[in-house]
Amino acid sequence: MSTPTIRGQAINAAAVRRDFPVLSQTVNGRPLVYLDNAATSQTPRQVIDALVRYYETDNANVHRGIHALSMRASDQYERSRARLALFIGERKAEHVVFTRNATEAINLVAHAWGDRHVGAGDEILLTEMEHHSNIVPWQLLAQRKGARLVYAHIGSDGQLDLDEMRELIGPRTKLVAITHASNVLGTINPVAEIAGMARRVGAPVLLDAAQSAPHLAVDIEALGCDFLALSAHKMLGPTGVGALWAREERLAEMDPFLGGGGMIDRVDEQMSTWAPVPDRYEAGTPSIADAIAFEPAIEYLEQLGMDNVRQHEIELNALAIDRLHSMPGVTIHGPQSPEARAGVVSFALAGVHPHDIATILDTEGVAVRAGHHCAQLVMRRLGVPATTRASFYVYNTAHEIEALVEGLGKVRRVFG
Amino acid sequence: MTTGASLEELYREVILDHFRDPRNKGTLPNPTGTFSGSNPVCGDEVTIDLVVEEGRIVDVAFRGEGCSISQASSSMLAERVVGMPADDSRKLAAAVRTMLQTGDEPVDDVGDLDALRGVAKFPVRVKCALLSWNVLEQGLNELAPAS
Repeated sequence: MSTPTIRGQAINAAAVRRDFPVLSQTVNGRPLVYLDNAATSQTPRQVIDALVRYYETDNANVHRGIHALSMRASDQYERSRARLALFIGERKAEHVVFTRNATEAINLVAHAWGDRHVGAGDEILLTEMEHHSNIVPWQLLAQRKGARLVYAHIGSDGQLDLDEMRELIGPRTKLVAITHASNVLGTINPVAEIAGMARRVGAPVLLDAAQSAPHLAVDIEALGCDFLALSAHKMLGPTGVGALWAREERLAEMDPFLGGGGMIDRVDEQMSTWAPVPDRYEAGTPSIADAIAFEPAIEYLEQLGMDNVRQHEIELNALAIDRLHSMPGVTIHGPQSPEARAGVVSFALAGVHPHDIATILDTEGVAVRAGHHCAQLVMRRLGVPATTRASFYVYNTAHEIEALVEGLGKVRRVFG
Repeated sequence: MTTGASLEELYREVILDHFRDPRNKGTLPNPTGTFSGSNPVCGDEVTIDLVVEEGRIVDVAFRGEGCSISQASSSMLAERVVGMPADDSRKLAAAVRTMLQTGDEPVDDVGDLDALRGVAKFPVRVKCALLSWNVLEQGLNELAPAS
C-alpha cells in the first residue's frame, strides 16, 4: 500500500509559508509545526504591514474627524467592511457589523434580537456540537425570559440527524443557532437543509461560521441563514475583530445592544434616537487597526481561492486520517471521510491523556490543542474528558503531518 | 515555553510507575470526608476520601481522571500521607507546592515526591501536579484545622 501524499496542486503551501514570518522559527530546537489553527490562525506579512501602516500613517478615530487622517481611517475601515460583506455574498456592506469576535456577535443577537422575540415557553434549538460561545449566550437569554434550550444530538458518525432535527423544529422554536463546522469533530453541517426546516416555522437561523468562513466558501444566500458570526483571527486576520452579518429584515426588528458614542442619532436628557445600521451596533471606538487589517486577510484568502483552501485541507485531512489510522491505539473522532470535515482532526491515543500528548509534541516543535476545546457537550457525547486536536490551514504541509505522526511515535515510546 | 527542559525531567520513571500502577486508588467505605477538585480548563479531576482521627490521617484513597502528572501526583500523595499527622502533611503539601513553583530542591525531605520537581520546568503542567495537594489541604482545613 502506498502512503498517500498531498497533490499540493490546490495551494503551494511552501510558497504561502514565506508570507508568514512566525512560521520560520524553531521551537524547542525543532522547526515549528503549527497545527492549532482552529484556535487561531497565523498572520501573513500583508496583514502585519497593514497594522503597522495604519499606526504609522493613518491613526485617527473613524467617523468623527473632519481631517485627513480620520477620513483615511474611515475609508479603510468601511472598505474592509465592504470586502467582508462581499466575501460572504452580501452586497450591502451596512448589513455587516464589526464586533470584537464571533462570541460578541452571538451575544449581540441574543440581546438585540433575542430579548425582543424570545419569551416564556419558547424554544431555542442548538446542537450538542456547539462551541460554548453558541450555548452560553442562549442560556443567559433563556434564563432572562423563561425560555428553553433544545439540543439536536450528535450521531455516532459525528453528524447531526436531520430527521431528529425536523422533529425538534416546531411551533415553539423561536431561533435555531448552529455551527457551520464543529471545532472539535470538523463536521460540516447541512445548513441549507436545516435553514429550510426553520423557515417553515418562521424561525431565524444563526450560523456560527467561526470555523467555516476561514476554510470554505461561505455564501449567505446559498446557506439561507439570518445571522452569521465570524472572527478575523481564525482567518489570517488580527485578533480583536469579528463580525456579525444579519439579514435586512432581522436588523429592522432588533433593539440596540451596547449604548454609547457612535451609535446614536440625537441624544436628549431622557431619550435618544439611534444611528442607522451598522453604526447602531458599533458603540464606542472600535478596534480600528484590526478591522482595517482584516481586509488584506480577506484579500489573501480571495487570491488563494476558497475552493483551493478547501481542497488543500481535504488533502491534509486525508493524509492525517490515513497516517493516524496506521498507528495502533489511535481513534479518530468525528466523520471518517476527509470531505465531511473542515481541516480539523481530533483523536485519542489509548492510555495517554491528551495533555501528555500535547506536552510531548511541543518538545518536538509540534503545536496542537489538548482539552475540551470549549465544547464540553461534545466531550460528554464522545465520553472523553478531552481530545487532542490537530487543525490545518493554508500553510500546512504533508511534511508537517509526518512530523505529527513522528511526534506521536515519541509519545508511544515515553508511555510504552 | 519549555525550552531547555527535557521530557525525561517531566516523565521520571517514578511518575510513570505511579501513573501505570496507581496506589490507593478507589473509595473508602467510611471516610471522615470526601473532597474534590478540578482544573476546569484541562478537565483534570481528583476526588480524595480521607479518614482523619485525632489529628492524624489514618487512610486515604483517590479517584479521578486526567493526565499522567495529575494522576501520578495523586497516587504519590495517597501513598505518602497515610499515617501522617495532619500538621506534617500540611507542611509536606507546602513544601511540594514550593518545589513545583520554583523547581528548587525542597528544604524539607520530600522523599520520592522529589520526582515531581521536573514539572516546574513545564509551567502549564504545574497545576496538574498541584491539584491533589490543593484538595488535600482543603480537606485537612475542614477535618483537622491547624491549631
